Amino acid sequence: MKRLIAASAAVVILANWAHAQEVKVGVSLPYTGVAAEIAQQMDRGLELYLKLNADKIKPYKITLIKRDTKDPAGANAKLALQELLTQDNADIVTGWVYSPNAIAIAPIVTAGKKLAIIMNAGTAHITNLSPYYVRVSFSMWHAGFAMGEAAAKILKAKTAAVGYTDFPPGKDSLNAFKRGFEANGGKVIDEIPMGGAGAVPDFTPFFQRVKDQKPDVFFVFIPSGDHAAAVAKTYGALNMRQANIRLIGPGDVTVDNKLQDMGAAAVGIITMHHYNADLDNPENKRFVAAWKKEYGADTTPDFTSVGAYDGMAAIVHVVQTLKGKIVTDKAIDALKGWKFSSPRGPIMIDPVTRDIVMNEYLSEVATGPDGKLHQKVIGTIVNVKDPCKELKIGPCASN
Amino acid sequence: MSAPTSAHEHPAARALAGRHRIRLWEIIPWLLAIAFYFAFPRYLGFGTELLVTILFAISLDLALGYAGIVTLGHAAFFGAGAYTAGMLAFHHIWSEPITGLIAAAVVAGAVGLGSGLVLLRTTGLTLLMLTLCTMALLEEAANLGGHYTGGFDGLPGIDIPPLFGMFEFNPLYPRVQYLYVLGVLFVCFVFVRTLVYSPFGQSLTGIRENTLRMHAVGAPVRVRLIVCYTISAAIAGVAGALWAQSNAYVNLSTLGLDRAATVLIILVLGGYGRLYGAFVGAVAYMALSHFLSKYFPTAWQLGLGLLLVVIALFARNGILGIFETLQRRIGIKRPSP
Amino acid sequence: MIFGIDVASMVLGGLAAGMVLFIVSVGLSVTMGLMGFVNLAHGAFAMLGGYIVVLAMKSWGIGFVPALAVGFILTAAVSIILERLLYSRLYKAAELDQVLFTIGLVFIFISAVTLIVGPENQPLFIPDALRGQLNLGILHYRTYSIFLIVVGVTIVLGLWLGFERTRFGAQIRAAVDNRRMTESLGINIDRLFTITFAFGSGMAALGGGLGAEFLGLDPQYPLKYLVFFLIVVAVGGPGRVFGAFYAAALIGVLDFALKKYLPQGGTLFIYVLTILLLLWRPQGLFGKSA
Repeated sequence: MKRLIAASAAVVILANWAHAQEVKVGVSLPYTGVAAEIAQQMDRGLELYLKLNADKIKPYKITLIKRDTKDPAGANAKLALQELLTQDNADIVTGWVYSPNAIAIAPIVTAGKKLAIIMNAGTAHITNLSPYYVRVSFSMWHAGFAMGEAAAKILKAKTAAVGYTDFPPGKDSLNAFKRGFEANGGKVIDEIPMGGAGAVPDFTPFFQRVKDQKPDVFFVFIPSGDHAAAVAKTYGALNMRQANIRLIGPGDVTVDNKLQDMGAAAVGIITMHHYNADLDNPENKRFVAAWKKEYGADTTPDFTSVGAYDGMAAIVHVVQTLKGKIVTDKAIDALKGWKFSSPRGPIMIDPVTRDIVMNEYLSEVATGPDGKLHQKVIGTIVNVKDPCKELKIGPCASN
Repeated sequence: MSAPTSAHEHPAARALAGRHRIRLWEIIPWLLAIAFYFAFPRYLGFGTELLVTILFAISLDLALGYAGIVTLGHAAFFGAGAYTAGMLAFHHIWSEPITGLIAAAVVAGAVGLGSGLVLLRTTGLTLLMLTLCTMALLEEAANLGGHYTGGFDGLPGIDIPPLFGMFEFNPLYPRVQYLYVLGVLFVCFVFVRTLVYSPFGQSLTGIRENTLRMHAVGAPVRVRLIVCYTISAAIAGVAGALWAQSNAYVNLSTLGLDRAATVLIILVLGGYGRLYGAFVGAVAYMALSHFLSKYFPTAWQLGLGLLLVVIALFARNGILGIFETLQRRIGIKRPSP
Repeated sequence: MIFGIDVASMVLGGLAAGMVLFIVSVGLSVTMGLMGFVNLAHGAFAMLGGYIVVLAMKSWGIGFVPALAVGFILTAAVSIILERLLYSRLYKAAELDQVLFTIGLVFIFISAVTLIVGPENQPLFIPDALRGQLNLGILHYRTYSIFLIVVGVTIVLGLWLGFERTRFGAQIRAAVDNRRMTESLGINIDRLFTITFAFGSGMAALGGGLGAEFLGLDPQYPLKYLVFFLIVVAVGGPGRVFGAFYAAALIGVLDFALKKYLPQGGTLFIYVLTILLLLWRPQGLFGKSA
């Protein structure tokens, strides 16, 4: 009996000691299901940050507890978060690819009172749903709105057709592009929902419809991943470039880890985005080189990887600032106005909205001297705040 | 567990007369559910989800196990109920939870009646595909009607007032939700149990076993099937409403093929046409996938797949089938349920 | 003239999409009609075939067409093993036990592919000759679509010859119509099942490889498109090769046209179409009447 008491006392002491040193981070990503590939890209991104910055983290210890959110249904993401908070006593929670999950768990984030860093989910108004949300990824409006402006001003387009995957990020992207394009004198002549996000449709009927209408530009939003290669292939196969219809979109259309699958059809596609693996800055060079060394020369990081990488940078910043003892309010204060040299260029967390402020790059796909496809930056818009909140549109206004 | 009372009573007659009697072991699931509440206070979110799934599987058992209606679209009613309760509360029309359940049952029952009238003329693969496509239609309609339904993102943060004006739903520690769902599950279960042992329930089993003969004895086969389908739909609607209320949101997944297929697998895994198959199947399937995915976030489906394959190969009619085979082997004679 | 070109391009596009559906689904249709076996893992064989095609091209450097042949043969071989070891035990089981078994198999396939190859989509590089556009006289059209239509029509003609003109085909037709009678005539039904199953899985593999250009290829494939395969089987009538062909072509063309002219309807059309067709002909367009 005495021994038992001594042993349990030792356990308590150990636990306390560990608590002071160890920061538990709950990671919720869809490790299975249709977004498993995105989860892999993100998981690699966050692990890479921890590996490259091991000495920055000392003397503290960051323990990752990874949970599978499975699908966009909300229920599994909710259970995972509940258990991360109540069983694992996570100090910080992070992850979330699907917007519906980030929306569904907002009440639990609020009730759990822990810093929640969104690494991907891009529906614009999500950060308004809980005071503990901080987003390091993007809002759909960042790229969509900027692309709308650029299409009218830089590409001198008069008319545009918009094809989008029929779920909220797609509609968000459509509205953002339309607002930016039409405010600068352009006109959207057709809006085409192109099926749900679950499966890749045959894009031919939609693209043929656009080809018949002959707009100056064709703005496409699809979820990054399988859809992207199919879009470029269909665009090429229907000879739409020869018909003088320019394919434009947010960077999901030319996402880095699918770019080489697209073939010559992708050359000339113009996108607006906050990241591509070809960005010419020292942070990115270091990041991409380390990635290829770690995961293989055939692999490449993409914007989802950078979201996770920067999310982990934010967490390490919090851990350092608070010296390993995470108090949620102080953690959020530490992130408000936080600046970081990301592979995507300089970023900052807006102290008012807790959303990301970053550069947007207008890029064109071109064949490089190595015979592979690359993205060439042809214009930069610096320090873009989420336009949806700036313009107070719909649910973005209620902050 | 009942010992034979008299030796000259014919076992079959005894079995028939006693089949509706409540047996002692039937209290065990409920005791376990209450014990779970006290033993695992941090797993109540999972527990709530489990209880909702059990109720949903029971509703499917009524249609599939008792009336033999093979459907792959039962989430249509789950979703109809979820959206009824969710939209009424979200748009501040009506948010009291228990009456919300009744509204959900009525709407889901109406959808069941409407689709049953059209679809129950068919059987087999055709019926399977028709129910599936009807559900997909509803899902797409909910997606297109995003203005009211919230579309793909769903309706978040539904405000549910305290139960009986006293017990508040806590999103982080869902104790109230758990007990609330358990209570509703119990009421619904007692109703279904009474129903399947009533003459109406017997005639359903008759239709499943031999439709032609039931026609021949003059039973109104089609009417009975439609009534059964409607009741089943209403209970599925209650399950959906419970899901929406306990999660405080509703989204397209309530109407999805994933949900419909999962509940079918759960029921078949546990054993259909037995009432308790829903309990056994849901616990086995959900516990395995929940805990495997916790420790193996990328590989848990392998374990789940192996379970399904092994049960399908080595047991006839689900996990409960194993117990029955064992009973027969060791020679315990008990009236089959 | 413009209208004619419009219609022609619509029909071609729809047919191409339909042919992919047909090639994958025909095996499922025959196994369901012949054996009454609800094989929800059929899409897993299509995925397996697709992966073999892609990986064979990548690691052995062989061409697209030889890779398709390799995919067909290897997938058929794997399916023979599975059929003899596992499927055959469940031929007499309840349909729902078959559902449980095949869904379990799908989970195992998904997990195995994710663990062995990875969760990412596998790109398929079709030969240059099949890219771009083909001049058809009155209009230019996507070469690969024309290729798919040619392949689909060739396959259906080949199957027609096989079914109508060979002894084996006659045995299958007889077994679909009346299994007990066929058995009592001394035809080895087990062997018939195994060969048909292997052939159907091989066809699925072919469809997986040919369709990857449109449908992509990743571990979720068997579940993503399962509903469409089932629709083709149900509308065509289980066990009816021509039924599956016409159903796939009809659904492909109608779906294409409605998507082009009324994209706002989303996926509504394919479901409405299926419901209407099945209410009109519950046994499928070419199914045997009850």
